[in-house]
Amino acid sequence: MAHDSLYAAPPSLADTEPEAGRLAGLRGALGSWDAAIVAALVVAVLLAGLSVPNFATGRNAQFLLLDLVPLALLALPMTLIVITGEIDLSVASMVGLCSTLMGQLWLSSGLSLELICVLVVLLGAALGAVNGLFVTGFGLPSLAVTIGTLALYRGLSFVVLGDQAVADFPASWTAAAVQTLPGTSIPAAVVPVLLLAVVFGIVLHATPVGRALYAMGNNDEAATFAGVSVPRTKFWLFVVSGAVCGLVGVFWTLRYASARGDNATGLELTVVTAVLLGGVSIFGGRGGLLGVVAGVLLLGVLRNALQLADVDANALTIVTGTLLIVSVVLPNAVADVRARLHRRRQRARLTAS
Amino acid sequence: MSLTDTGASVQAADNPPPGPGRARRGLTERLLAVRELSLLIALAALILVTTLRNDRFLSGQSIKDLLLGCAILVILAVGQTLVIVTRNVDLSVGSILGLVAFATGELFLAAPGTPWPLALLLGVALGAVCGVVNGGLIAVAKVPALVITLGTLYAFRGVDYYWAAGRQINAADMPRSFLRLGNQTVLGVPVLFLVALIVVAAVGFYLRSYRSGRELYAIGSEPAAARLSGIPVGRRVFAVFVANGALAGLAGVLYAARFGTLDAAAGTGLELQVVAAAVVGGVAIFGGSGSAYGAALGAVLLTTIGSSLAVLRIDPFWQQAVVGALILAAIGLDRLLALRMAARLRGRSAHGA
Repeated sequence: MAHDSLYAAPPSLADTEPEAGRLAGLRGALGSWDAAIVAALVVAVLLAGLSVPNFATGRNAQFLLLDLVPLALLALPMTLIVITGEIDLSVASMVGLCSTLMGQLWLSSGLSLELICVLVVLLGAALGAVNGLFVTGFGLPSLAVTIGTLALYRGLSFVVLGDQAVADFPASWTAAAVQTLPGTSIPAAVVPVLLLAVVFGIVLHATPVGRALYAMGNNDEAATFAGVSVPRTKFWLFVVSGAVCGLVGVFWTLRYASARGDNATGLELTVVTAVLLGGVSIFGGRGGLLGVVAGVLLLGVLRNALQLADVDANALTIVTGTLLIVSVVLPNAVADVRARLHRRRQRARLTAS
Repeated sequence: MSLTDTGASVQAADNPPPGPGRARRGLTERLLAVRELSLLIALAALILVTTLRNDRFLSGQSIKDLLLGCAILVILAVGQTLVIVTRNVDLSVGSILGLVAFATGELFLAAPGTPWPLALLLGVALGAVCGVVNGGLIAVAKVPALVITLGTLYAFRGVDYYWAAGRQINAADMPRSFLRLGNQTVLGVPVLFLVALIVVAAVGFYLRSYRSGRELYAIGSEPAAARLSGIPVGRRVFAVFVANGALAGLAGVLYAARFGTLDAAAGTGLELQVVAAAVVGGVAIFGGSGSAYGAALGAVLLTTIGSSLAVLRIDPFWQQAVVGALILAAIGLDRLLALRMAARLRGRSAHGA
């Protein structure tokens, strides 16, 4: 009864029979989604580099990558969670709460900043554990639970600091957050992101745990019978998601040198967009980390390039939205047309013979 | 499930809310199952506590403000109920509201003489068009509504920003007769609230008493079974999104009338509040259960919490946290009741056999 795949949309059940064949056909036509999204990324970078002034400069690359660090970090655990058929909409609120907790601890506890950073990551993990407990312990739909904690954690982050901001972090720390690798214009923060991406990639694609994630995304019950401890795995995924949010909270606070209650507001939808754009199925069970990383970069490059081309930053959400819709509509539309052509051809062959 | 009989409500009026005393466990349970009733009790308790603290909370002006404040959220929550009942969700309502509100302002700027009923109709029509986009894309893409409406959330908002290009529309630009719609009262009741009441009554009656209304529940309970029993699932879901878009359009026009000052950010983030109101109101996030009345009460409760916190001198920053906690409590309670109900049904059938 408590099936976990998000919104099995009624229309999708209409014709489940040719689904498998269709997808295989689609893969043949487009290459894998990963390849398509990487190709789109390359095209976008080339086009922007050629036509948008100041895009292909070191300074721009630095800011582009710095702006993408939070999104990229949050997308990693989100990918795993969505692959299991769950979702975590509370990530941005957890980042906000971790940020204000960091500010408050720095303001009033007198602990060293190193210790505070560790504490904040642990607190993030605890927040994620609350999500995990509600989802796996009480068997509630993660969509509803994390909409609840989205409001709860954001509210608490305002409770912690009110409308105040803590900004007096030591300059050596805030400078370190935006520092570049010596001799290049690549931000140093990219290194831990890449390391984490590799770790998540290995876990997802090369370990039994990763295979178990796909299995439970396709069918919880079957995964259970195959010996996977579904609730425990999902619980830990939410904990990891929370810990990463703690990390992003620390980064966000130092990067903007400001701990505020509204930090990262609304970022959750961008994260989900990036993950879906990266080819992960919202039903769970399908997708890969390479596509998601490419999706994050594509989103960032497009926004950055259009911004440099003087498009209003807020109007850019058209691009985000359209990309998301196209990325889900296009494969289905193509598959539809192919299926129809195929049927017509078969019918023609039947009438001919 | 919340449509079970209300016969027990009479004896229950003086019962403390949720106190599972052993003897009357059956009664309490049945009471809790009638979500509208438990919401009313919670609302009454909240108002009582607040009034005890400050008796001006129940003064005419304060009640008027409350009714005015909740009208727009009520309309949106009722529309969202139509969608959620069919096991879908529409995250784009906040953006539709913003777009329609700005369009209404633009209409009055371009044609100051437009009579307000025409503006209202045009606003509803524009909302319905947005709904057609949602419904059409969902039908074509055969992916969950969550993904599509997440995309249109961005797209509609982007169109809004693009159109507004940083401008703001002021109350002075709109005709008096239109603005009066937002503040006028009939017999002490704000017109806005009366409109909301009409919407609640109409949708509530439709969901309960019309064949196609009941079919929406069937679709939400089990889309495949609904299809097999001859319900035109695709058409119904499409219609539901158009109806919800139209209601969001109506809310947008009312928003313009109430606030007068409009920019492209109107209604940002409202979608989560709307879903929260519906969930608190007992609309199951996975479809098949819930009523428009419950959702409307949920919206009223959320709004009342906001204003009573201010009266209770609780830091207003707590409001969002309370809303989040309430969502978690509501879905937890639903889950508990469903489990108990299932256990009882199992027990009964075992006796029968």
